[in-house]
Amino acid sequence: MTKRLRVHVDPDKCQGHARCKALAPELFELDEYGNAHEAGDGTVPSGLEDKAWLAKSNCPEIAIDVIEE
Amino acid sequence: MSDISQPAAHPPVTDWVHDFDHTDPQWTEDPFPIWDELRAASPVVHTERFLGCYMPTTYDAVREIANDSEHFSSRRIIVRDVRPEITSRNAAPPITSDPPVHKPAKQLLLPPFTPDAMKKLEPRVRAICNELIDGFIAEDRLDAAERYTKHIPVRAIAHMLGIPETDSDLFIRWIHMILELGIKDENTLLQAVQEMTVYFSAHIEARKNKPTDDLISYLMNARDKDGNPLEDSHVLGSLRLLLIAGIDTTWSAIGSSLWHLARTPADRERLVAEPGLIPTAVEELLRAYSPVTMAREVVKETTISGCPVKAGNMVLLSFPAANRDPKMFPDADKVVIDRRENRHAAFGLGIHRCVGSNLARMEMQVALEEWLRRIPDFALDPAGAVTWSQGTVRGPRQLPFLLGKAM
Repeated sequence: MTKRLRVHVDPDKCQGHARCKALAPELFELDEYGNAHEAGDGTVPSGLEDKAWLAKSNCPEIAIDVIEE
Repeated sequence: MSDISQPAAHPPVTDWVHDFDHTDPQWTEDPFPIWDELRAASPVVHTERFLGCYMPTTYDAVREIANDSEHFSSRRIIVRDVRPEITSRNAAPPITSDPPVHKPAKQLLLPPFTPDAMKKLEPRVRAICNELIDGFIAEDRLDAAERYTKHIPVRAIAHMLGIPETDSDLFIRWIHMILELGIKDENTLLQAVQEMTVYFSAHIEARKNKPTDDLISYLMNARDKDGNPLEDSHVLGSLRLLLIAGIDTTWSAIGSSLWHLARTPADRERLVAEPGLIPTAVEELLRAYSPVTMAREVVKETTISGCPVKAGNMVLLSFPAANRDPKMFPDADKVVIDRRENRHAAFGLGIHRCVGSNLARMEMQVALEEWLRRIPDFALDPAGAVTWSQGTVRGPRQLPFLLGKAM
């Protein structure tokens, strides 16, 4: 069985490039300044695992963690 | 631009590793082999030109410097022949600001440039692109820089600022004076800054009695954390930044993208057939042809990637060279139009990430979508010459194309 994934944005590292929001809009939200945080508690719904990894691998600030639970 | 004198040329470079010069014609024409040579020599190289200047050549060294505002100040952000005394702390905040004043100045500018705000601006940009294409689609050869790429960002930012889009030529002239001629000629730079101040002061004055729904009024109405309005010099500095940073940067990025597609039929045909791939392609074109090189001033001695770096020197912070580092990007020297993993640094890294990155991305995407939709067939005109801008922002300034049947 596939492991459940959770995404987390480190707010101290995020600089608002917004790549995660463009690549995985279901998993991330932006605040009024355009800085990102995970949607809800960061749980990645089944089927969106690829998008989680894609967002992580395109973050220029290395601010995104994908945690396997 | 005949009233602007051309500054004297620098002596030619014979030893790139110890005497690099980013204004040399060879660098302007084709910088990529030079960067590879510098990177092979050292992660940080130095030149005595520009009163002393380092250049990090690897992605890691660029990231290290971009994230270190303790040793590297943003008070000077263009590498120039001269280093005049800094007289204003409001040169162009927040790009010229260091912590702790940087963050509040940056936060002020961010809300009008979020992806959601850009979605609202997108129809206007699409209309601008189509108006421009309407003007030349019946022709079979043209300069795409002069007729298309040059006009899109300047009109979009004028629209946001609430100043007439018809003043575009004036803005383009100031930018040329500051970013290109200003590297070697202080008087030209000061003249442009003075003209911009007069221009924007009039627009600020007009809005004191009659506020408008635009970025100028937004800045005039902004309050700091103590509830005080910004000083006029801060508003003027930020307006100067938005105009300078918002124009020839994206003009260059759109131009380099079209230049690549004109000479790479396979990529062009793929994007025509799969317009959904354009956002991914935009990222790769940003990586491969990043237009913007920034600068820092070393204010405290330190070590970068094992190389000692001494105060009093400038740093040429080449995000474009970082984006060609093969240690970071497989096939770094190739344009891989569907590259999936792309942590490129075209908009900078760290606290000075480009405020306008969402605007630039939207403009690039729309400009390519509309061009490819209406002009799927185009190529470089062998009878013409492509020319590139010099210095801080690199992009094609003449882009002779053949369209459709003329190919």
